[in-house]
Amino acid sequence: MTKWSRKDLCGLEDLSREEIELILSTAESFKEVTTREIKKVPALRGKTVVNLFYEPSTRTRVSFEVAAKRLSADVINVSTETSSVKKGETLIDTGRNIQALNADVIVVRHNCSGAAVMLARHVDVSVVNAGDGWHEHPTQALLDMFTLKEKLGRIEGLNVSIVGDIAHSRVARSNIYGLTKLGARVTVCAPKMLIPPGIEQLGVGATDDIDKALKSADAVNVLRMQFERDEGNAFPRQVEYFQAFGITRQRLEKAKKKIVVMHPGPLNRGIEISSEVADGPNSVILEQVTNGIAVRMAVLFLVSGAATK
Amino acid sequence: MKIENRKMKLLIKNGHIVDPANNRNEVCDILLEGARILKVGKGIDCAKGLTIDAAGKIVMPGLVDMHVHLRQPGREDRETVATASAAALKGGITSLLAMSNTTPPMDCAGNIDLLKAIIKKDALVDVFIAGTITKERKGKSLTDIAKLKKRGAVAISDDGASVDNSKVLLTALKKAKENKLLVICHSEDKMLAGRGVVNLGSVSTRMGLRGVSCESEYRRVQRDLKLAQEAKARIHIAHVSCKESVEIIAAAKKKGVKATAETAPHYFALSQEAVLGFDTNVKMNPPLRAKEDVKAIRQGLKDGTIDAIASDHAPHTESEKDIEFERAEFGVIGLETELAVSISELVEPGILGWMSLVRKLSANPAKILGIKKGSLSPGCDADIIVVSPQKEWLVEKDGFLSKSKNSAFIGKRLRGVVEYTIRGGQIVYS
Repeated sequence: MTKWSRKDLCGLEDLSREEIELILSTAESFKEVTTREIKKVPALRGKTVVNLFYEPSTRTRVSFEVAAKRLSADVINVSTETSSVKKGETLIDTGRNIQALNADVIVVRHNCSGAAVMLARHVDVSVVNAGDGWHEHPTQALLDMFTLKEKLGRIEGLNVSIVGDIAHSRVARSNIYGLTKLGARVTVCAPKMLIPPGIEQLGVGATDDIDKALKSADAVNVLRMQFERDEGNAFPRQVEYFQAFGITRQRLEKAKKKIVVMHPGPLNRGIEISSEVADGPNSVILEQVTNGIAVRMAVLFLVSGAATK
Repeated sequence: MKIENRKMKLLIKNGHIVDPANNRNEVCDILLEGARILKVGKGIDCAKGLTIDAAGKIVMPGLVDMHVHLRQPGREDRETVATASAAALKGGITSLLAMSNTTPPMDCAGNIDLLKAIIKKDALVDVFIAGTITKERKGKSLTDIAKLKKRGAVAISDDGASVDNSKVLLTALKKAKENKLLVICHSEDKMLAGRGVVNLGSVSTRMGLRGVSCESEYRRVQRDLKLAQEAKARIHIAHVSCKESVEIIAAAKKKGVKATAETAPHYFALSQEAVLGFDTNVKMNPPLRAKEDVKAIRQGLKDGTIDAIASDHAPHTESEKDIEFERAEFGVIGLETELAVSISELVEPGILGWMSLVRKLSANPAKILGIKKGSLSPGCDADIIVVSPQKEWLVEKDGFLSKSKNSAFIGKRLRGVVEYTIRGGQIVYS
């Protein structure tokens, strides 16, 4: 039986298959807890989880907050808009101050790639990456995999396509690392300009043909088009994108009947996905949100357990 | 220096002397008198004066580092002439070229005088000065090149920035030629490089960071060489990092362009994979490239396309480096590791012999800059280092004499320790 020995969870790139499976199986038991009438366990009673968010986020922050509370931890939300960060405090100094306040886990969301890794190196408390720049968003990928496993019974051997702005997506990277480690065949699909160089070296296929990407897919993970990230006019216009890559009922009719449609949110209806599909029978988008709580409970539980040893 | 030392003698005995300027590569003795070399040969004895037993050691001319950011004047929190000098001596460097991008930059006689005053007071090595090509290094209007030369500049460079305007650079090359001054080019197309922080490719993709393409370097190398050809002027390309640049420089040299080129130790010792842990101490511009580029740099050193090794010593404070990767400053220190990295990565694996190594680190940069250094001929300045070539050491953050600690080699084991640094006949480091 694998044991968890890491202080932090900064990404899935460094994790072994066994460690990922441990998180997923731990999440399964926590999911059972969330179906009880009293949805709370005392696992992290007396511990403090600090949500340190440098980027706006509702879904992820609330999900971590609910997860921590269901584990009976105290939760503090630090918004950088109202903190010393506004006064120019560095990430490391902020982290050390939070540590000095006897926090046990820092959940960090940051717009710079590598921010969580850097913070984890400089503090003794656990750090959980809630998304860093374009780099990784490990808990999102874990909840995507958890949902997939729940729906299709396995990850091994599945064909999973990730569609959208791969170049600027931390969700894509974490999914690629996680899914390939668990034995899925991953294809990324995007306009050529949004497929980053050397992506094949991560063990995935790449195409700019959406019908090809959907043809044998057991699941498709639809990424939000982050038009605000466009720096060099690399992005197609929104209408063009929907025509060429949008996930519509017509496109799904040519795919496997039971194809699972995922989306990390927030949705741009009519841009990367039609409302009909987002709300349709193949969509598991809201289940992903629910599963996020169990997965984040598992992560908080594992990292804080390792830190006290 | 004390007057009684003028005629003091110092004998370095039984060392393996490597002196490409005199084509000497053998065990023999070298006798110094006062600040100069008196004679070199076998079986020299000297009853009076000091003797260094150099048996088993390599004896070579002091290194000439033609790319150093002293940070003074202006950024004394990063480095000063005094601290950089001490670091240089520890690294076996007895002469260096101070890059021009200080605050204020070396764009007029007054600023050069300011630096010269500091050098006179604090320098422990021979500091040569690079002026800027354009005023305030803005790439727009040329400096008074004749005047900079007269005040003592041995080269001009806007290092840290490329002169984007081709007409401005062409004129600069022509004027530099008239004044017999070297133009050193930081060849980078900033529009192509964009806001990149690591090499563009699989590593930038894995890390989710903006990439800098090799194209942003080699296209500008190509332009700069073309302009030099048109001006029939000498040109030196700084910090060459990628395969295509090496190929372009080789082709230009073949065509007769009066070009020379340098690389820095990190470009032949480390590849882009070193950046994967988001360590800002391996963040520099140009960035660490792919393994095939590292191979090409090594080959370029071997076949002579790349003439010199220079540290591109770029000190930054901890608060400028201990922040998010993409926000951290570009640059690494190198004075204290340049020789050992070169021995470990070039001599040990047999890419360069000792003669070639000393050429790249001392004789060639001296020749390129037109300074009387890098040679052990009788009558030359007695700038000499005695090196234990096999001795291993661990690079530690706390071990640096440089004011800044941003080394890409912290934690690495290197071979080659400077036992003595002799400058002007005096033992200044041991």
